[in-house]
Amino acid sequence: MKNKSRFLAAPYAVWMLIFTIVPLGIVAFYAFTDAGGSFTLENITSIGSYFPIFLRSIWYSIAAALICLLIGYPVAYYIAQCKPTTQRFLYMLIMLPMCMSFLLRTLAWVALLDDTGIINSLVTHFGLKPLPLTRNPFAVISGMVYNYLPYMIMPLYTVLMKLDRRLIEASQDLGCRPSQTFFRVILPLSVPGIVSGVTMVFVPAVSTFYISQKLGSTSTIMIGDIIESQYKTAYNPNLGAALSLVLMALIFICVGIMNRFTSSDEEEGMMTL
Amino acid sequence: MSKRLVSLLLAIAVAIACLPCLTAAVSAAEPVTITVYNWGEYMSDGSDDCIDLIAEFEAAYPGIKVNYVTFDSNESLYSLLVTGGTSIDVIIPSDYMIARLISEDMLLPLDFANIPNYAYVDETLKNPAYDPENLYSVPYAWGVVGIIYNSRYVTVSEEQKKDWSLLWDSDYVGKILMFDNPRDSFAIAELQRAFDYRDDPEKAAGYTVNSTDTAVLEDCAQLLQSQKGLVQNYVMDQIYDKMERCEAWIAPYYLGDWVQMAYVNEDLNFYVPSEAGHNLFDDAMCIPTSCSHKAEAEAFINFCTDPEISSANMEYVGYASPCVGLEEYLEDDLADVIDRADNLETSLTAGQQFLHLPSETNQQMDALWLTVKTAGDDSSFYLILTAVTAAALIVLTVVLKVRKHRRKAHRCAAWKHNA
Repeated sequence: MKNKSRFLAAPYAVWMLIFTIVPLGIVAFYAFTDAGGSFTLENITSIGSYFPIFLRSIWYSIAAALICLLIGYPVAYYIAQCKPTTQRFLYMLIMLPMCMSFLLRTLAWVALLDDTGIINSLVTHFGLKPLPLTRNPFAVISGMVYNYLPYMIMPLYTVLMKLDRRLIEASQDLGCRPSQTFFRVILPLSVPGIVSGVTMVFVPAVSTFYISQKLGSTSTIMIGDIIESQYKTAYNPNLGAALSLVLMALIFICVGIMNRFTSSDEEEGMMTL
Repeated sequence: MSKRLVSLLLAIAVAIACLPCLTAAVSAAEPVTITVYNWGEYMSDGSDDCIDLIAEFEAAYPGIKVNYVTFDSNESLYSLLVTGGTSIDVIIPSDYMIARLISEDMLLPLDFANIPNYAYVDETLKNPAYDPENLYSVPYAWGVVGIIYNSRYVTVSEEQKKDWSLLWDSDYVGKILMFDNPRDSFAIAELQRAFDYRDDPEKAAGYTVNSTDTAVLEDCAQLLQSQKGLVQNYVMDQIYDKMERCEAWIAPYYLGDWVQMAYVNEDLNFYVPSEAGHNLFDDAMCIPTSCSHKAEAEAFINFCTDPEISSANMEYVGYASPCVGLEEYLEDDLADVIDRADNLETSLTAGQQFLHLPSETNQQMDALWLTVKTAGDDSSFYLILTAVTAAALIVLTVVLKVRKHRRKAHRCAAWKHNA
């Protein structure tokens, strides 16, 4: 039986090897070589000057993940409490935007926020000055929130749907106020959903490269844009590979910190429960 | 059962392996597909009553199909060619990129016996500096770089029309666009600097669009850096959309593209700086080494060079056909919009051409351009934010640990007490 399951997993193992492990090796190779192919650490050391951009990308993504959490949690909670048929319908509504191209969704956001966009043409129609909606960090973060919100709602919904209602009733029987029920029962039990939701928003957001070009200004450039330019225009794949490698390491560190805190919180939660 | 399955799979595999041979045998009369890489909005596609160049070509040569793809800067075309993996038959890059491709052995010499229409190309465009013996390229179009502005929102004084300073005008902060490629951006900075230093001819002489001097490039990078706060975005083909919708009001760009925009938005005017100098460019058709159907590619180049086809094509594209004299271009092709452009007549005959730069200069320019685009004034803010958060996280960890420890100690004590 065990052997059989290994046999069945083989196609994916091969897939992993060809499309994950080998490409990672190639990225690492490029990161530590120069244009001629000989070993160098120059790519890695030159990354220091991009440090502020790494920081900016990380902060934008953290902000996006937190806003997604604030918006997504009540929505997921509401959906989880509805009748099964309503749940299916609402779940489909959440999924629906993801059936459309990511680029199209971002362009739609541009059409909304531009100085001559839909919102501002309404505003100017009433004789007011156009609002500064686009080309600032908030526009970039809102674009990320808009694009990645479903990734937050899905894991939260899955966790909240499976939550045992009897625990809530028990806490109410034992005299918890609604806020206490939420903070001492529901929230600690939904931590796994929060962690995977935050991770699923943070990781794609930090390496995104299109949103900041479309919604940002000249000073909101993100690390994904730099990596893209290294391959697309500057043609320096070695620096691009080094940047990707460092970005990957930073993502691992961030996710590691996040997991660490949530797991210790969970222990606390369990204890206070 | 399993044996039968295996034999079935083998049979399928053999059948699939044979398929290409079979189709190859049958398809002797099937059309050959050539891949053409060109700039965006740079070939007549049949809209606005213009000819559909590719359809005309396919009608004239039933044996050839065209796979038409666009790129948005010379640099992205270069990256594509270096990365390889695809077969590209015809490319239409600009002068300096052709020189770079020639020097890196990435172009095939053309067989001019297959391109008889080359005879119609204007003598002044033959044997250009980027391809001195004219072995690799056939001119496609030529033009100048100038400044496009929206006359509804922007007033330009005669003084400003002498140089590129409108691009640094802080009255229009956030409404200025800039080239998203190092070569064109640095050229503008170099020309502006040369104009700024005109009282010191010796110094100004160092600032040309082909300068390789590190100090000059760094100075220009500084000038571009000072512009960054005013710039809405660094763009290429997106400029069409942004200028036509009035999202941006000022942008340096190529003459022919302005002609196309000028038909859409009647407020868009154009001028070439009269005293600071400007860039005169050629785009030419070449065949890269990855070409797989050279004779068909040459047939396509020949077709595009046909004087009638070329003129009809340029009517849509807005540039000057290489087969047409200057006067004819100004009188016929630009007749509708010429009075909305300044300094055009004089600028078309004079201007600085881009030459091939050594690869160190290219790399330095790329690196400086990246610095211009990435340097931010908010870096210290994020540094402080990160430091504060890190400190808070550490304090939080310690507090949690201590609390846990205390609670444990407390429980132990209680347990001991009970015991």
